[in-house]
This record gives sequence, structure tokens and C-alpha cells, in this order.
Amino acid sequence: MFKRVMTEIRNPIHIEFEGQTITVEKGETVAAALMLAGHGKFRESSVTREDRGPFCLMGVCFECLVEIDGTPNRQACMTLAEDGMKIRVQKAAFEEATR
Amino acid sequence: MKTHDVAIIGAGPAGMAAAIEATRNGLSTIILDENPAPGGQIYRSIETVPDQRAALLGPEYVSGRSLAADFRACSAEYVAAATVWNIDAGLQIHYSIAGKGSAQVTAGSLIIATGAIERPTPMPGWTLPGVTTAGALQVLLKAQGAINDDVVLVGSGPLLYLVADQMLKAGNAPRAIVETVPSGQLLKAARHLPKALKAFSYLRKGLSMMRRLSKAGVPVYGDASSIVVEGTNKVEAVRFLSKGKQHRIETTGVGLHQGVIPNQQITRLLGCEHHWHESQQCFVPALDDRFETSVEGVFVAGDGAGIGGAVSAVLRGRLVAMRIAEKNGRDTRLEQRAIQVQLAQDAAVRPFLETLYAPSPENIVPADDVMVCRCEEISAGQIRHAVDLGAPGPNQVKSYLRCGMGPCQGRMCGTTVATIIAEHRQKDIKEIDYYRIRPPLKPLALSELASIESEPTRHTPL
Amino acid sequence: MKSVDTIVVGGGLVGAAVAYGLVRLGQTVEIIDEGDIAFRASRGNFGLVWFQGKGSDMPEYSRWTRGSTEVWPDLAEDLRAETGVDVNYFKKGGVHLCLSDEALETHSDLIRRMHNIHGPEYGARILDRKQLDDILPGLGNDVVGGSWSPHDGHASPLYLLRALHSRFQQLGGVYHSGARAEFIERDGNDFVVRTPVSTHRANKVVLAAGLGNRPLGKMVGLNVPVNPLKGQILVTERAAPTATLSIPTTFVRQAAEGSFLLGDSHEDVGFDTSSKSAIMADIADRAIRTFPFLKDLRVVRSWAALRVMTPDGCPIYEQSETHPGAFTVNCHSGVTLAGAHAMNLAPMIAAGHLEDYMSVFSAERFNV
Repeated sequence: MFKRVMTEIRNPIHIEFEGQTITVEKGETVAAALMLAGHGKFRESSVTREDRGPFCLMGVCFECLVEIDGTPNRQACMTLAEDGMKIRVQKAAFEEATR
Repeated sequence: MKTHDVAIIGAGPAGMAAAIEATRNGLSTIILDENPAPGGQIYRSIETVPDQRAALLGPEYVSGRSLAADFRACSAEYVAAATVWNIDAGLQIHYSIAGKGSAQVTAGSLIIATGAIERPTPMPGWTLPGVTTAGALQVLLKAQGAINDDVVLVGSGPLLYLVADQMLKAGNAPRAIVETVPSGQLLKAARHLPKALKAFSYLRKGLSMMRRLSKAGVPVYGDASSIVVEGTNKVEAVRFLSKGKQHRIETTGVGLHQGVIPNQQITRLLGCEHHWHESQQCFVPALDDRFETSVEGVFVAGDGAGIGGAVSAVLRGRLVAMRIAEKNGRDTRLEQRAIQVQLAQDAAVRPFLETLYAPSPENIVPADDVMVCRCEEISAGQIRHAVDLGAPGPNQVKSYLRCGMGPCQGRMCGTTVATIIAEHRQKDIKEIDYYRIRPPLKPLALSELASIESEPTRHTPL
Repeated sequence: MKSVDTIVVGGGLVGAAVAYGLVRLGQTVEIIDEGDIAFRASRGNFGLVWFQGKGSDMPEYSRWTRGSTEVWPDLAEDLRAETGVDVNYFKKGGVHLCLSDEALETHSDLIRRMHNIHGPEYGARILDRKQLDDILPGLGNDVVGGSWSPHDGHASPLYLLRALHSRFQQLGGVYHSGARAEFIERDGNDFVVRTPVSTHRANKVVLAAGLGNRPLGKMVGLNVPVNPLKGQILVTERAAPTATLSIPTTFVRQAAEGSFLLGDSHEDVGFDTSSKSAIMADIADRAIRTFPFLKDLRVVRSWAALRVMTPDGCPIYEQSETHPGAFTVNCHSGVTLAGAHAMNLAPMIAAGHLEDYMSVFSAERFNV
């Protein structure tokens, strides 16, 4: 479990993940906010639909892609949480017929 | 379009130092950085971190505060949250600012200061949610004061111990450290020790971290191999051999680390020559003695020029800026020489560290069933099969399998793919080389691309 | 050094298709190819299997193309059944869209001309905006009309290349990469092809080296006036399936894995293969005007490659008069013509003689 150490929420804002409201600190990235709320799965992999979650947290790996306010494939680790944001698990857009 | 003497990409230690030095020498400077605040990864959140957390992160981290303050005070135009997506001929740099669209700037000289990325560490189970890099754990700690109270650190390198030590100080030591450094590696590294003593502070720091962890009772499993992360939809355990004995540690979090490698995307995009750094086991741009690439006017400062750490990054950032000032008619040779001396001293520890913490062979050349391209889900075995079909290098493998075509654009698989091909063909990896990188450097909304000035071309069907 | 029946110089879509066609007939064949970095038009192909509009000034080219679309289903099926690689071929028709009244008028003239040449067999017809809306929902306001043909379709050029190479080797073909042909000469009844790393010997040689055919052709008495014409393509992130998945258009198509491919440009800039922002912007703008729903999709890649262009845009197929047994194959439609190259051209090469009706494709046509 991720938890906050030596710090607490001072400037609370609220975001929604899969319909559930989460209170987070203003200025936090979406990735950090969701991880602190106990979420590990951010997306489905695009070929076999495996569960995936944040890996590098520095904008390199694109594993933390989520849908934010209807826009797909946003990098959660590079996006600051904003009050009222509605976030969803990034579904695989397309199932490849064959390989 | 605005023109500057110098454009810098990346506001980590190298970029900030370069900006300070360039403006001090009277060069008009613009600096573009992808993050919302300066500092890069090493000094992440340096301007806003609370004192208590700063103390936990240590004096090296805190030293970034004065650098960031000097950077803010200098006259460089600093553009935060700017993602560079292409660089056209004539050093015309296109960048995107989240929510505000695309802008362009042209520069006389370009300093690439985009630093390093963590070396990809393919192993069974490394794609499970709950597995992150060790660096990711540190990013969360620096920026959010967030810490995982149930994590096993796996791999090798100074960062592994640094993260463990910081977690310990925060009252949440890792469950265990599983270290892939083989027994006997210290002996191999020892011949570099006399030289490394010139940079004794690094060694002292490392030893005291190890002592603290040992005193706190954090188990360290040495000589680890055959590492597997187990779990179905998330991490459940780490299984490995240590000194010939099988172990299994149940955990919900794993932090992987096998050192860092230069972020090559921009130097590859620009067609700069690269070579293989045998000791660091990675591609580095070919640079002259003052960090200019094979493309005139393009310089690399910091870890992107070869891994050297934060102190070296600052020195190299300054040196590159002085070099450009010299090209612009200012005599900075004396100062450059002084910095060269400091650089050499700081770098003295590198051969020792690079030998001791050489990446684990099973991560460098993973087994057939290990996934290598995380985006397109391509395994090491599929890559070898494409080579058997006649694909000579990464670009043909890419077009046969789509590996490297996903949103990360090859960042997470490129080095591994090249290594696997070299091993399978028994060729020198320099000859195998790397993916050809094309724009956009990061995914870019079509509407944003459409909004920049365009050049119409004929498009009737042939 | 063992002599084989045929050396194919070039392992792109053109060379691989011909080579595959030859080994199917029991010929012994070697492909010699460049390394990982080469111009490789095959890696920058848009992936249409396209007939409508092709060969308005050369009816034989039009018929040859149509013939290729006829054999494409068999080609795709053979490759899938034997190699397991699905080249994602869809043949449910294709559309060319016009974004202005002038463009539609010019295009209508072309389609009319083609009808005059081919008669009712031609199959393509002009559609007005309303008819287009029925088959392609989501069109932008700038689209005024277009044309539709049932013979058109699309496939994955990358999987096609992989499948051809795979099948070629299954049937005993030998592939050499990193072996750029530098010198070809006649030696007795054979041709000898030298590369920096190897020497090869064969009874026949097929030049399928794209832009490399021009210098190589001279060595065997073939005049091959081909020039580069740069094209850029954008590739988006994967998206949910849309109507364009089954009905591709000439500059927007959705690939089987969900990405949209957005084409293209025609740039006469020599051997420059760099991606250029301003051209990318033009392609993006046109794609959005065509299908506004694309605007929020992210571009993840761009390609730039050099088309192999003849002076009139039509293929050159020819056997050398001075060096019989030396053939050259040149076109800019390596995907569309893969069927014809494998099924129709390869048998002629195996027989050592191009059918008389192929003489129209000789480069002689430029010497008037």
C-alpha cells in the first residue's frame, strides 16, 4: 500500500476514478493520486488485455495511460489532478483479429 | 518565429546549469522542460518539497535548491510543461504545451539535457501492476511524500540502496533487497578502487547506507538470479535463486532497477552518431571532447551524454554553455579547463561502480518467453524468430513484429531489442544499432499537429 | 559457388513477391538484400490494394492492376494458411474522397475516361455526398463527393513483407541480408552478383532493388529511369473500429490493429527521407477535414519513404536484350501489385520470357 509520510492533505481536491470519489492533494499527479488511493490497474494492454499499471512515473513507459474526462490515452504520471476530473481505466481500444 | 542563441531541452541539473552559464555569458537562451517545475528527476519537486521530507532525501538532494534558485534568477526564458515533439532542419524546435497547443523556436545551438531513463529490466512478470522501477518509488517520495509499505527492491546499482535508505528513514524499510550482483563481482571491481578513492565521498555515502540498512535488519539476498515476479492480475510474490538457494517472498510491490541509460530519443531523431558504451552497457551519442554531437550545433549535457550523475551533469551543463559562448566569440577557455579538472575527479568513481553494478545478464538478454516490448506485447522469442527470418536489425524486426511501434515509441524495448539481435546474430551491437526515431517524439493530438503552419503537397492518387 | 536458377536483387515487397512466386514454381532462388538501414519503400507503404484511377493513360497498367486485385485473395489465403501470418487483407471496396468541387470534377473526368477504356467491367463509380454518407459515416463538411470501387481494399504492408519472406524460406528460398549488390556481370551462361560480403551465381537475375535498379540496370544493359518521390504518412494511436476499417480511402485508412494511417505527400526532394513538421501538419489538416472525429486522436509515429517513380508513374517490366536472363521490376505499388508479381509475373520470369502483352511496360516507351 502506498501512503503519505510526514505529510497530509492540505489543499484537498476531488477526482473521480471509475465512479468512486477520491480526495487528493492539489498539485499531485493523477498517477500518484490513484496509487495513493490503492489503485494498481490503470489500463488494459492493447493486444491481450492484461492489467497494467504505472511503471516508470517519469513519462517514459506509457503504462499509466488512463481516460481523463473522455479523452483516452492520457499519461497519468504527467498530468496534474484537477478538481472534478473524471478518470477511467483505459480499455484496449481494439481487439486485433489475428496476429 | 523567435530565434535564440541557445535552446536547452530539459531543466534537470545539466539544463539548469547550462542555462545559468549561457546567460551569464550573454547568450539569449530558452529552456524547454516537460515537467511543471524545474529539477528533472534527480531534483524533482526541489522548489516545493517540505523541509522534513527534504532532510529525509538527504544533502545531495537539498543541494539542488540553490541550483534551482540560481536558475530562476537567470535571464533564460523558461518554458515549463513543454513537450518537444520535433526538431526540423535549421534547429527549428516544435514543442507542445499541454492544453495550449504547439509553438516553435529556432536556435543557433541546441543543448540536449534530457538525462537518463532507467534501463529496461525485462523479466517474467515485470508487466504486472505493482511492479515499478525503483526510480518510480523515489519520484513518488520526492514529489508526493508517498511511500509503499510493502515492497521488495530487485536489481543492482547505487539507486537501489539510496531508495532503500530513504524508505528506511521514512519509517518504512523495504521488505528485502534482492541484489543481482554476482558473488565475486566486487573482486572484479576492486581494480578500479584506487582511482575511485579520488571520489571518496561517493564510496563513504554508499557504505554508510549499507550499514544503516543492515543495522535495521533489512534482508539482502545477494547473487540473485532466475528472478520471477509472480501474480495473475497483480504482484503476489518474487521468486529467485540466491547463492544457489530458492527463495519466495510474498509482496504486493516490486521495485526494479538495473542502473540508468541515456535517453536517446532526441539525438536519434536528429541522426546523431552513437556508439556503444561497453562499461555502461548502453548506446551513447558520439561526442567530441566538449560534448558536441556529429550534428553541428547540437550538444548533449548531463546523463544523456553518458551516465555521470548529478554533480557531473551540472559541470557538463556549464561546460557546454561555455563552449557555445566560445563559439560565439567569448574566451572561456580558462574556465573550461578548471571544469574539466573537476569533471575528471568526479568521474573517478564511475569505473568502479560500473563494474560492480554491471546489469544482470538475464535482464540484458532475456529468455524467449519474457515480454520485451510492453506496448505491443512482443517476447524475446518472437524477436529471435524474426532474426531467424532474416531481419538484420531493430528496424526490420520492428516492421515485422510492431515492437517499438506503441505509444512509448521504443523507449522501453529499444536497447533490449538491439542486444537480443546482437546476441542472436553474434554480431557487435554497434553494427546492429538502434531504432530509427521519427517525430512526434511524444504522441501528439492530430488537431494540434494540424494547427501549425503547413506546407501543402500534392495528394491526388498516383 | 553453387549456381541457382534465379537471384532476386532486393528483398522489399517487389523482390519478395517475385521470389515467392518463383519458389512456388520449384525454382531455386536467392534474395540478396541490403541491411537494416536502407531506403526501403516497403516500410513506408500506405497499404492499399488499389485499382480505381490507376493507369488512365495506359490501359494495360490498369488491367494488370485489376488482375493483381483478382489474385490477391488467393495470395493472402496462401500466406495465412502456410505461415500463420494474417496480412489483414480486406476487399470490401474502397473510396476516393474529393474535398473541393474542382477536385471532384477532375476526378469524375478520370472515372469517365476509365469507363470509356474498360466499359461496364470497370466497376468504379462517382458517388455524391449523400451516397458517401451511407457507407462512410462521420465525413466532414469539406467532403463534396468521391468515387467507389468494389475491387479495392487494403492490407498490412509490414505483415505482407514478413509473410512473403516466411513463405519464401519455407519453400527453400535463401535470403541474404546485409548484402547490397554492387556489381553484376555475365559469366558464361550465368550471372555473377557481387556484394561487399559475398558472391552469388545464378542463371537469371531479377533487379527488384527499387531506386537501386537504375545503376544496377546499366550493368546488364537495362535502362531503368526511376527517381525518388518522397511520401510521408502519419500513424495514430489505436482506436475503436470505424467504417473505414472495412472501406479504406486513398488518404485515411484504419489498420486492423486500430491505428489510423493518414497519407500522404508527394515531395520531389531527392533522397531526403526526413520527416518534416509542415508537411505532417498538412496531412493532419486534410485528415481532420475528411473525418473530423480524428481530431482528438494522437499521432504516435510518422513515416517518410521514397516511392520508386518512373517518368509516367507506370511500372517498368523488361528483360535485357543484351543480357537475356536479366529482368527488371519497377513500380510504386508494391502492395497492390504483389499479387500480379507473385502469380503472373514470376511464371514468365521462370519461363525466361515476358509475354508479348508485357512489351508495353518496357522502358523503350520513354525513348520517343
